[in-house]
This record gives sequence, C-alpha cells and structure tokens, in this order.
Amino acid sequence: MSVLDAKIPEGPIKDKWTNHKNNINVVNPANKRLIDVIVVGTGLAGGSASASLAEMGYSVKSFCFQDSPRRAHSIAAQGGINAAKNYQNDGDSVYRLFYDTVKGGDYRGREANVYRLAEVSANIIDQCVAQGVPFAREYGGLLDNRSFGGVLVSRTFYAKGQTGQQLLLGAYSAMNRQIGKGKIKMYHRHEMLDLVIVDGKARGIIARNLITGEIERHSAHAVVIASGGYGNVFFLSTNAMGSNGTAAWKIHKKGAFFANPCYTQIHPTCIPRSGDYQSKLTLMSESLRNDGRIWVPKNMEDVEAIRSGKLKPTQIAEENRDYYLERRYPAFGNLVPRDVASRAAKERCDAGYGVNQTGEAVYLDFSSAIQRYGKEAALVQGEKNASAERITELGEEVIKSKYGNLFQMYEKIVDDNPYKTPMMIYPAVHYTMGGIWVDYNLMTTIPGCYAAGEANFSDHGANRLGASALMQGLADGYFVLPYTIGDYLADEIRTGPIATDSPEFDQAEKDVNDLIDKLMGIQGTKSVDYFHKELGKVMWNNVGMSRNAAGLTEAQEKIRKIREEFWKGVRIPGDRNELNPELEKAIRVADFLELGELFAKDALDRNESCGGHFREESVEESGEQKGEAKRDDVNYKYVAAWEWTGDPGQAKLHKEELEFNDIELKQRSYK
Amino acid sequence: MSGKGMNLTLKIWRQKNAQSKGKMETYNVSGISEHMSFLEMLDVLNEQLINEGTEPVAFDHDCREGICGMCSLYINGEAHGPDRGVTTCQLHMRMFNDGDTIYIEPFRAKAFPVVKDLVVDRSAFDRIQHAGGFVSINTSGNTQDANAIPIPKADADKAFDAATCIGCGACVASCKNASAMLYVSAKVSQFALLPQGKIEAKERVLNMVEQMDEEGFGNCTNTGACEVECPKGISLENIARMNREYLSASITKES
Repeated sequence: MSVLDAKIPEGPIKDKWTNHKNNINVVNPANKRLIDVIVVGTGLAGGSASASLAEMGYSVKSFCFQDSPRRAHSIAAQGGINAAKNYQNDGDSVYRLFYDTVKGGDYRGREANVYRLAEVSANIIDQCVAQGVPFAREYGGLLDNRSFGGVLVSRTFYAKGQTGQQLLLGAYSAMNRQIGKGKIKMYHRHEMLDLVIVDGKARGIIARNLITGEIERHSAHAVVIASGGYGNVFFLSTNAMGSNGTAAWKIHKKGAFFANPCYTQIHPTCIPRSGDYQSKLTLMSESLRNDGRIWVPKNMEDVEAIRSGKLKPTQIAEENRDYYLERRYPAFGNLVPRDVASRAAKERCDAGYGVNQTGEAVYLDFSSAIQRYGKEAALVQGEKNASAERITELGEEVIKSKYGNLFQMYEKIVDDNPYKTPMMIYPAVHYTMGGIWVDYNLMTTIPGCYAAGEANFSDHGANRLGASALMQGLADGYFVLPYTIGDYLADEIRTGPIATDSPEFDQAEKDVNDLIDKLMGIQGTKSVDYFHKELGKVMWNNVGMSRNAAGLTEAQEKIRKIREEFWKGVRIPGDRNELNPELEKAIRVADFLELGELFAKDALDRNESCGGHFREESVEESGEQKGEAKRDDVNYKYVAAWEWTGDPGQAKLHKEELEFNDIELKQRSYK
Repeated sequence: MSGKGMNLTLKIWRQKNAQSKGKMETYNVSGISEHMSFLEMLDVLNEQLINEGTEPVAFDHDCREGICGMCSLYINGEAHGPDRGVTTCQLHMRMFNDGDTIYIEPFRAKAFPVVKDLVVDRSAFDRIQHAGGFVSINTSGNTQDANAIPIPKADADKAFDAATCIGCGACVASCKNASAMLYVSAKVSQFALLPQGKIEAKERVLNMVEQMDEEGFGNCTNTGACEVECPKGISLENIARMNREYLSASITKES
C-alpha cells in the first residue's frame, strides 16, 4: 500500500462532497478566533481563502511579494471562468463539466476532486455576481456565455478579456473587508522563504520583508500555500516576472511531495518571440478561438513570399490556405484543447510552414467572423443594403466589443492592426498542472500544510481546459478549503498560540540567513538572469512541447551543471538589508534550478504521451489517430508524487493509482 | 530589425531609500531594438550595471502585459511615458529615436513616498479600499442565483469600464494636486452602477473619501490630466458620479 492516502470519501460520486461536509469536524466560532492561519499568495485561491477563513472567524495572516494583494498574477487571466449553469440551454450539467474536465486532462486527474469542482462551479458565479463582479451581459440583462476549447457547450462566463482581473478584484474586495475589520493581517512585499515544522506539524513560516531585508518569524496553526505555478522555470512564459516556485519548493524540501512536475501547459495562442532581449511572452486569450481561424499557407512558395515581405496574408486565396485544425479535427475545429492545438502548430512550423522570420508563427484570422457579425449587425440595425465597407465596419465593432483589449494589446506589442491583417501566434508556456500533492482535503503530506489553486496538482490531470484555472482557484479558496481545514483545526482548539522562540523557528531562521549570506557571498561574474536564461533554454529545447529519453537525460545533466555554475558564479550587487530585486531573483532561480531537474526526471520516468506531456516514443502508429499522442493506461495510470531526499536527481517516487469508476477510460479524440 | 539599434542617454532618479536624498544619474545604452518594451530596455541597462559591478536600478514591474498595475515610472514628464492607453511595460521603444535623452523618475506624490530609486509605496491606495471598496456579503456561495437580478447591459458595461482600473497611480502622478479622485471614483462608480452595490452606497462613498483625504492626496480641480494619462481610459465621468454620490450621501445620511 502506498504511503499516499488521498482520503477520498466513500459513496457515489455525486454524494461524496455533501457527505464529507456532513461528517467532518467543525470548529466552533468562539474557538476560531484563537486559531491562526497563514495564507501565502493572494491570487484567486489565496485571496478567496484568506477572505473566507477570516469571515468564518479564524485569525488570518496573508502574504504576497507584490506591493498589493491585487497584483497577483490571476489578475492577468483573460478569457473566462467555467460553470455548469446551463443558462444557454445547451445541455450542460455538472456531469458534463466533470466529464469534459477529466477527458480534457487526458484521464490523469482525480475523479472525486474534479466532480467536486464541477459541483461548486455554479456557486462561484452566484458569489461573484453578489460581490459586484461586472460580468458580460446580454441586452436582456442576463449573463452572457462563450465557448472554450475541448467542450461542445457554452459555459464560460467572462468580462471582456479581463475576467481574471474582475474576479481577483472581487476576491481582493472580500479581503479588504476583512483587513478593514482587522481579521486579516496583510503582509505585502513579503516573501516566504521557509516552512517551520514543529512536532511533525506545519506551525509557521519564515518570511523576508522585501523593503528592509528583515527576516521575520510568523506562527500559525495551519499554513496554506497558494503561490501559483512554476512556469517561469522556462524563463520565458506568460507568467508574471515575479511568479515563482519558491514557496512550493520550500515546503517540498520540508516533506511535501511534488506531483507530476512534468505536466505543463503550453498555450497555443501567444505572441511569438521577437528577440533575445525578450523578458516574457504575452498570451492572446483562447476565447479568440471562438471567432478566429488558425491557418498557414498550403504552398511553400507562399510561405517564402510572406517571409521575404513580397506577399501579405490577406492576398492568399481561400483555397491556398491550410486551416489545419479544421482539417485534422473536424468535430472540434479551432476549439480543440490547448495541448492538441499547440502540437498541431508545432507540427506545421517544424514542416517549414511558419509565417514569420523565425519560422515559429501561424495565423489567427478574424476576417470571416468580422464578415459574419457585420452582416448580422447590418440586418439588426435595418441596413438591408449595407455596402461591403459598412459590413466590415460593423463587424469590426462587434469584434472590438468582445476582444477590444486583446486586440489593443496585440497592436501595441507587434505594431500591426489585427482587425485588418491576421494575428501571428505561437505556443508558449502558460500554466503548470503539476504541483504540490494534496489529498481530497487539499492537505499536503505535511500535516497542517495545505496547497490551493495552481500550486497544487489536483484537478486538471495532464492538461487543463480553458477557463478552468479561475474556476479551480476560487473553488479551492471560497468553497473547499474553508470546510476541509476545519477538520484538522478542530484538534487544535486547545493548542493555544504557537511560540516563535522554539528551536525549530531558530533553526529555520538560521537556514534562511545562511542561504542569503551564501548567495551574497559568491560575488561571481554573471547576473541571475544569465543563469535563468540558460536554464530556460534547456527546458524549452529538451523538456518543451516534444520530449524524448535522450533529450531528457541530457537535460538533467545540463541543469545540474548550470546549478553548479550558478552557486560558483552568480553576482548579486547591493546589500541584503534593503530592497534588493537581484537577491529576490537569485533565491527564486536557485529553486528553479532544482525544480527543473526534478521536472526532467519526472518527464523521463513517464514514458507515455498524455495531455501536455508528449513523448516522441509514444505515438499512435496507425488508424484514424495516426500521429496523435498515445497514452499508456496499463503502466502509467498514476499520479507521480516525488519525495525530496536531499538532491532533486535522487527524489523518491511514490505512486497514487488513479481509479476511474464514473468515466470510462477512452482514447481522447477530438476528431 | 533595421541597423544596429538605438543609442540612448538615460537620466534616472537614484535614491538609496526613503530616508536618503536622491539625485539624477546619467547612463548610456546602445543597440536598443525598436521592438523592445521600455522595461526590457531597462533590463539591458541593469544587466550592463551588474556586469560593471554596480547596483542596478530598482523599479516595480510584474505582469508586463499592462494589467497588474505594478509598473509605474514618470518618463519625460508623463506617467507611463509618451504613448496613450498603455502602461510602461507596454510602452515600446519605437516611440523613441536614436540619440534621444530620456528622463525617468518615480511617480511623485506626498501619499506615494519613494522606497528606492523608481519604486514608490502605493499602499495608501489599498487603505482606501479597506475603508469601503467592497460589498458586505459573505463568501458562502449561498446567495441568490446569478441571473435573479437582470442588470441593463448599458449599466453593466459602464460598471465594467470603471472596474478596469488597475490601481497603478498614474492619475495621482499626473495630477498637479496629486489627487486620487479618478482612482477612488472608479471603485465608487462600479458599485454605484450595480444593484449589488447600491445598498451600502452612502457609507461607501463617505468612508472612502474620508480615507482618501486622510492619506494626504490633494483635491480635484477638474484639470483632466488624469484621464489623459490613465492607461485604462477611466473616464472623468466617474469623478462627476462620485461627486453626486458624495453630495447626496452627505445631505441624506442618518447621523
């Protein structure tokens, strides 16, 4: 029997969550006041958890490294949030959302968790509307929906291309209400640098005040890690510059297992990179695939003419365009899931059909949607004989009302007008499905230490569907954790305040101080960014969209080497007792240099293709699915949870076997 | 990319911490591509400074796609620089020419003390939100169905437009009075336009304005620079709406 116990409640799947809530322990309101909870991160998961826990009565301390909790990277999520409301009467249901999510994750998620997610999804929308989140509405005054990849219904709620912003500001406002009441103590510009464990339980953290450099001790009866994903291990990603894996990695090194690190989402529609100076990549929301059609030229001479500037994409006739997603996946077309769309773009570009100088770009074209909407708008406005120009004008207005900010963002970055010429896009690292292993209660393998949102591994399997990250973050923070944490804290009501002068706090603080002194003392010759970029290159080339055993083995060696060089050669100017962004980056990159190696090790261990993890050794050889990813349920139907043993290359594998009782394991087909 | 890129002279505000005096320092960068963002240009400068063994310039930034509101900078006398409708991270070097001298300062306002170099403390903005920037409902999820109250699309759209404020502080930095009226009115308007926000509208506007004054922001004299420099195009109409809300709340409040 595995050391991992997922603690999935008994009973039929549709009753598990209700029964569980009825049976777990509850802390009485008077006792909640005596219990402290630390929440690290203030994105959708951390922000909503902080607000909910404080409302319930717990004394909450929240931490974020940004200058305000409102800046967490959830703010940048664009397209929308899924919920099984069935407002569109297109047959949506909790079961269908559950099914789509498990299938979308390529059958590598935990059924019970996903069902619960689908079950609470509708409450999220009710909650957010009540908070004053201004979702998009139809003329009748009711909420509007759109579609996202990998599904056949319209269940995505949105606020133009700024859904994450609006939802996060909702959670931030709920936090502000509690901060104003003194129920949340907010520590902004603070970074968690270690977890403190006393008698086997999480009892607090060590944090650095980023303004003064002071190392602080904070104690609590439980610690929630909601610090987001680790996509920046690739250096270039759609994550914010400060997004990092440090909090998650620190708890991993203290005993929390790290699950499925190789499951990374490479998002198909991002603005292609333009040069070596590039600091980050910008996403163009998946919602654009509702109306945009993806294509490359059919003929190589057209590709060459485009690259040399002799031909414009608008001059290529319809019959000379290859709408490769519509061609390969007629059932889902441009709305196939992200992993499928990304691999298809790579396949075309590898075959030489990329449409920019680097050969790494495909078109996302709105011209047919502009015409379609324009004709409809002309009729609605009573303009029966509208000219072609007028139809285009009206159509562009509709597109602007749906995606205005995205089009503006594109134009500012690329200096090209996407209303008039197709966007150029290419896949980029976006989200990490892997993360800290948690049980059904979202508790890690360290008692009293929880992980929520992107920081945990739980719901998305090997590939996340669009508009599901916002759903999971808020579900964890508003509706799951506030209940499940009570089950653990019910045993803590007699504990009393946790002292911060214990030997465990002394040791943890000393470890952090030693780490910082060691980094500051290297005084080498190369910047932190130099090493981060070197790591990123190895990750992208060997552990990116397409992986093989030789490349993964080489990646581990190369990362080890970069790590050695980093610890000998990094240069951090300035002082540790002041605002020092280079020191902040160095601490994060030191962790990425370990995490990257475990990432490659996990990818090597999983000799199957599933979701975002594509192994060249595991491809369908024949039949309708020829060339598609080949999953191996006989050997790999498990969660890979890695235990730290002192060296990322020597991490110990624990397997949580996945059981599928309510959904039949099938080949994942979008044809 | 044509040629070898731009050569630029940068005049940058350097200040060790809140207590020390600061001054402008001069730096040169070369080979700057027109496709770089302004912050990527500063990355190039910082890499250069680190390689020379000196301390890089501290500046706030995070998402680098114009939505988190973390980046700031007063560039050639304008918050977020010469382009319109963008934050500094979305400002591209194609807005500048080879040989230019660029002045880079922090956002300046009494309520935004300098932390270091170009980094300022905007926590006053958060404290205004603590005073009333919320609807007082619990996060139980057991509210009424989301479609129970239809909201006219026009109102919902206006509330959304106000809610797109990113809290960067460009309005304060652009204002000759360092007033925070545009920022505060955006939140007041969002809720004033929605039925969910109407219940506490009076207390909200009174409390938020009181906190705004307490933080040391100046008064509004309807100059409109804030609207021009706002990267998200938050409309001055919001200030008018807040003034109406404030007046009616002041007259009708129960004491």
